[in-house]
This record gives sequence, C-alpha cells and structure tokens, in this order.
Amino acid sequence: MRKFFLVVPLVSLFLSCQQKPAEKPVEASPPQPTQVEKKEEAVSDKGIGPIQEVQLGPIDQALAKKGKEIFDSKCASCHKLEEKYVGPPLKGVTKRRKPEWIMNMILNPAEMVQKDPVAKGHLAEYPIQMPFQDVSKDDARAILEYLRSVDEK
Amino acid sequence: MLGKKKAVVGGLSALVVGALLAGCPPKKEAVKTQAVGTDAASKVYVPPGKYDEFYVFFSGGFNGQVTVYGVPSGRIIKVIKVFSVDPETGYGFSPETKPMLMTSHGFLPWDDTHHPWLSQTNGEHDGRWLFINANATPRIARIDLTTFETTEIIEIPNTAGNHPSPYGTENTEYVVAGSRFSVPVPQKDVPIESYKENFKGVISFIKANEPGKMDVAFQILMPGFDYDLARCGRGPSHGWCFFTSYNTEQAHTLLEVNASKNDKDFIAAINWKRAEECVAQGKAKDMPATYYHNYYDEKKHMAASEEKKSVKVIDPKDCPGVAYFLPTPKSPHGVDVSDDGEYIVGGGKLATVIPIHSFSKMLKAIEQKAFEKEIEGIPVLKYDAVLHCELEKPCLGPLHTEFDGKGFGYTSCFVSSEVVKFDYKGCKVVDRAPTYYSVGHLLVPGGDTKKPYGKYLIAMNKITKDRQLPTGPELIQSAQLYDISGEKMQLIHEFFTIGEPHYAQAIVADKIKDKIKKIYSLAENEHPYAVKAEKDARVERKGNEVHIYMTMIRSHFVPDNIEGIRVGDTVYFHVTNLEQDWDIPHGFAVKGSEEAELLVMPGQTKTLVWKPKAPGVYPFYCTDFCSALHQEMQGYIRVSPAGSNVPLKYYTGTPPTAQK
Repeated sequence: MRKFFLVVPLVSLFLSCQQKPAEKPVEASPPQPTQVEKKEEAVSDKGIGPIQEVQLGPIDQALAKKGKEIFDSKCASCHKLEEKYVGPPLKGVTKRRKPEWIMNMILNPAEMVQKDPVAKGHLAEYPIQMPFQDVSKDDARAILEYLRSVDEK
Repeated sequence: MLGKKKAVVGGLSALVVGALLAGCPPKKEAVKTQAVGTDAASKVYVPPGKYDEFYVFFSGGFNGQVTVYGVPSGRIIKVIKVFSVDPETGYGFSPETKPMLMTSHGFLPWDDTHHPWLSQTNGEHDGRWLFINANATPRIARIDLTTFETTEIIEIPNTAGNHPSPYGTENTEYVVAGSRFSVPVPQKDVPIESYKENFKGVISFIKANEPGKMDVAFQILMPGFDYDLARCGRGPSHGWCFFTSYNTEQAHTLLEVNASKNDKDFIAAINWKRAEECVAQGKAKDMPATYYHNYYDEKKHMAASEEKKSVKVIDPKDCPGVAYFLPTPKSPHGVDVSDDGEYIVGGGKLATVIPIHSFSKMLKAIEQKAFEKEIEGIPVLKYDAVLHCELEKPCLGPLHTEFDGKGFGYTSCFVSSEVVKFDYKGCKVVDRAPTYYSVGHLLVPGGDTKKPYGKYLIAMNKITKDRQLPTGPELIQSAQLYDISGEKMQLIHEFFTIGEPHYAQAIVADKIKDKIKKIYSLAENEHPYAVKAEKDARVERKGNEVHIYMTMIRSHFVPDNIEGIRVGDTVYFHVTNLEQDWDIPHGFAVKGSEEAELLVMPGQTKTLVWKPKAPGVYPFYCTDFCSALHQEMQGYIRVSPAGSNVPLKYYTGTPPTAQK
C-alpha cells in the first residue's frame, strides 16, 4: 500500500504539468486475452492436458498395486470408491470416462475445471478445487490401472 | 543529537519536495534539492504480476529476523525467521524448531540481527545461502535460499557483541565473527576497572561451505579494543580479512568521550591463510569453551543441537604474520574493499577525511618491516606506508562504502545525511545526494563482490520523521532507492522497512528464483511422527502423553473428533500437510494453546504441544484460508477429568465403535 503515497502524487504531476501528453506511465498490462479467447478448442472427451492417447491392455496387477499405494497417499483424502466425499466417488469412473480424461484430470486439474465441461460441472457440485498432488505421468498411469482393477471386479 | 539537528535541515528540504509534488515543478529547486525525478515512477513501477529485478535481504535489527523485498518496486515479499521466535509459524515454539535457538545460555527467544551476507563463489554471488549475525548473544545463521528458511546456527564462544560479522570470504570458505565488546577470555569474575589487564578481543573464522558442518575453525586473540566491522579481501587480497577497531583507548565507561581521544585507531588485517598454517603446525591452543551448533534437517523437518566443548585459539605472538594493524583515523566504523581487491576504505566516523589504504602498499610495508610499534605481538604499520590517499572533506560522519564496478565508491554519511560518490583511484568526490535522514549502511547490488551490478543504490535511514503519516512516538525506518546508472545519483523511490535494518544485500533475481522449492516431498518426509496417508492417521496414548498423528488436506483434518483425553495429559498434535501443491499451507490452532500456532507447508510435519487444564470440549481449526470450505476445516477434542475412563476414540466422518 505504501508505495501509492509516492506513485499517486507523481502521476498527478504528470497529468497536471506536462505540456505534451506525457509518455504514458507504464500500465499494468491488460489481462492477456490470447490464452482465454484463443479459439475454444473443440473439447474432446479426452479432456485437456498432456495425455493424448493411452493404450490399454489386460490389467497389469503390479502396476495396479503401485497405483493403489499412490492413491491411498495422494487421492484417498478426498475420494472414496463408493460414497460422495470431498470429491466424487470413483467406482465406475473408468467406465464413465476415457482413460485420457482421467489422467488429464489428475495431471492438469486447474485447467480442466476451467475448460472441460464435465470437470466444470463437478466444481459446482464439489466446491473444493481438485489440487495437483505432484503426480508424475507414470504415477497417474498407475492410478488409472488401480481404478481399472477396481472396476473389473 | 547531531543526527537530529540535521534531520531538521533535511526536513526543510523535504518540505520543498512536498511543495514540488503539490504543484508544478519549479525547475531550479528540483535540481537543488535532488528531488525525486519526474521519470522516477516509471523506473520503479513493476506492474502487478511482474517480477522485480532483485531480491533484497534486509536485516531486521532488533526484531531478530530478515525481511525480503523486491527491488525496484520496494514490495515486501517475505519475513524469514532467524533469531527470534515467531508465533505465526510456531518457529521457536514447536519441538521441531526449539533446538535452533539453543545456546550455552539456554533457550533464547530473541536476538539482534545486523548484517546479511550472500554466499559467494569466485567473488560473485552464487545464490546458495544467506548468512546473518546475532549481535547480543554471538551467533551466525545460515538461511537456505531454496526454501528461505534458517537451517543452521552456530554460537561463537569467547565473544561478546558479534558485530563485525558474517562478511565471508570469496568462496565462502569462512564467515567471520568478532568482539565488539571485549571481555575476559576465558570469562571470569574480575573488577571492570581491570579492563586493560583482563579484557581481550577475539576474531573468529567459521567454516561455512558445507551445510550442517559450520564450525569455529580458529579464533585469534586480539588486544582489548572494540572490533566493529569487517570485510574480506577478493582477487589479490583473497586470503586476508579486515576488521575496524575503535576504543583503542581501552575505556570501559563513558566511551562516547573516553573512546574518542586517539586521532587514529586501527584496521586489523588478518592473514587467514597464515592462521591455517599455524593451526596445521600445532601453534593454536585448544581452549575449553561451551557453545552450540544447531542444524535443521529438512527431510526430518526437525532441528537438533550439539554442544561443543573446545575451540582452537591463536595468540599472534605464537604465529607471526597472522595480524597487522593499519592506523586509521578516527574511530573507524566500516571497512570496505573495492571490487578489484586493491583499495581498503575506512569509514572514519569522527574523521574529516575518508582514508583509503592500498593493499599492495600494505604488502610492501610488511615486507620492508615499516612498523611504527607493536601491540601484544601485532605490528602496527606506518600510516604513510599503507595509505593510498585521504579523500578530503567528503562529508560528516562517513560510515560505509560500496562500489559500482566502474571505479567509484559510494559512502554513507550519517551526520550530514548524504551519500557521496567518489573516484577512489583519483581520490576526488564527484557527486553527493541527500538522504532523509541519518543514513547508516548503504548497498549497491553486488557492491561487495568482484562484479558489482551497479544500477541502484539503497540507503538505509535511521530517522524518518515527517517522511510518512505519523504513527505515535515510534516511527518506522526507511530505505531510499537511487538510480546510479548515470553520472548523478538520482533518488527514485522510498519504502519503509520492518525492525531496524542495519545492512542489506541484493542479488539479481535470476540467481535464485528458478531454484526455489515449491513443496516438500511427502514421499521424502522422514519426520518420525509423519503420516503420509489418511488411513494411517491415529491417536496413541503412552502414559500421560497422547500423540495425535493428524493429517490436513483441503479442507478437513483426520481425525477431527477426538475423545478420551484427560486433564493432566500432554497432547502432541503432530500435523502433516498432505498437499503437494504450491502455496497451500494449512494452519493449526487449538483453544487455550500456550504455544502459539503452526503453519505447515505442503508435505511438512510440525508439532503443537497442548496441556489442557480443565474438562470440556475444545475446538481446533485451520488458520490459513485454504479453500471455499476453509471455514469448515475444524474439529473437536474432548477433555475429561483426570482419572476418567472415557475411552480413546477418534474419527473423521463416521464414528467408529470405541477402541480399547
């Protein structure tokens, strides 16, 4: 706040005393519209984020086991399988969503809840913005495998 | 008093500046008063969302901390907790951080920080650490510049008033310490009047280049003067450090008068490479001494203290060539070495000149034994044999000097409230600019390195009356920013600072900002009471101790309902923040806590100790606004009377059946 005491009088000095229109004091650059107004990409059911394509095979049990460990540490505080909690219940999620969408939601939650219509809808219902939990792509793939293994049962 | 008189004079010029801002600029006065230039605003305006060019670390003086500002904007961005407890984060309250403030005098909640010093490699800032001294109970702290947290503190034995510190060497081999107040070494019960006989100064070199390994490498026993400030050499003078002294009169009362009698006091030149040789040759004595070394383990999120019992002390009589005195007028304060390592500028605060010594002349004088006399085994060099020149009539009360890398030095002048710019080779003043008022230290970014950035100068002022809205008898201190890129210094900004900053150092932001740690890795958290998944959260009773292994994530605690606590228990809330996202700390506070609160960073574990005194149900909650449901982040802990058999029970969500 304090710097206003200095800046404001100086600005008024420019306005009242300069003959020629003073060079405009540097303004805060207006909000950069490029990002937001860039042609809304046709939102795909794969979500928005680093994952374009996931190849699925038969369930890799070792990977699913690793995924459960990561899930317990980084996801289970907010997601249960069967019940609504801080976030939506996750049983059946691999049937409802594309694997790419699930991984993008894990890896890029901030952008997803702003731009992906399904994720946006979730934020209205569950008002805690899903955090990024410092999960690597490999870890996200393991979590996906765990969720698939849950849905296979 | 002198400072105050000058403040009035300065106040008048401030009124002129005020008038200037209110109306159209009367051009002549604008020049005469060195008013804020008309293009100043654009030079210091950093638009919201844009980064500043420099990090500037200000000491907090009597608040014991470090404050970080962005420059040129003057925006405050951080307070780093160092030598004073901080109820906001729990620093000095939590069992994890209490060991950081342990000393041979016990746990100390406060100290007085003076001089931040940025680590260097090859005489340039390397952006690894910031060091800062504690003046009252001599210590030096290391601050890690990836986390902006204090990670190490070492106590300095045999020393009182650690003012000439930490001012390290060009590869951060050492940081230094010294006695501003000479005392009996080792301490003993003697009459104060026996000062000349019993009191000694001590200059210390502390190994600094390895985190967790700070250690007093050796101390040098000096005559009982007051050692005031220090700088180590660079380039050709690497291997030497310089310390000013005053009170060579060895007064112990009314120093204001009694320590101002001699025309010249000394700059002590210490050859630390020679000291290393003497230590290697066994010429240093092991002296019993008790002092603490405290280290914060970032993986354990916990500090530990180690008590040391002995220190190596060198008597200059046993190690010829380790120390020399350079006569310097008069009660010199600062001692500063030019970027080329050749010129040593003394801030003779009561002198009418600024003496500039030459390092190469000093070496020659030593070789030719151009000695005036010897004091306690330390040769006093002849003034004329070491002097490069005296800068005539620079100003009143010269204190500190920094350099711009273009051949100019800038000295702060307390009594005449100004900064003088001078050509130190040609020995002439080329510009002067007023400060508002009574400047102490000044800084030029990198102005104590081989490669100063130049560009800006910051003056730190002790007196600010009439400079801002009045706030009662106590007024804040100020910093004034000058553009020094042209021939004339130009005042472009003024901002206000916390505590009493004595000195500050600035580093170009690019050397730090991309190395900043955003979270602590939960996977690497080795705190013995950490919980890494909600399913592991629990409560354990061990006699009268109850350990609550608690987790926090937006926006709930596990557990958030706890029963079975009794009056007489000591309850440990070990709270782990499970978030792994930047800028999501959670706070933890409980009603009736005598230990302040905690702020817990993502991936971190901290402990709050709580001793409930009466039965009832007590709330706890998150203090750091964390999400749309932050207000819902709360819980209850039930306390039953001593001896009650209410069973231990804890949960979040669905109450379980009682356990045990």
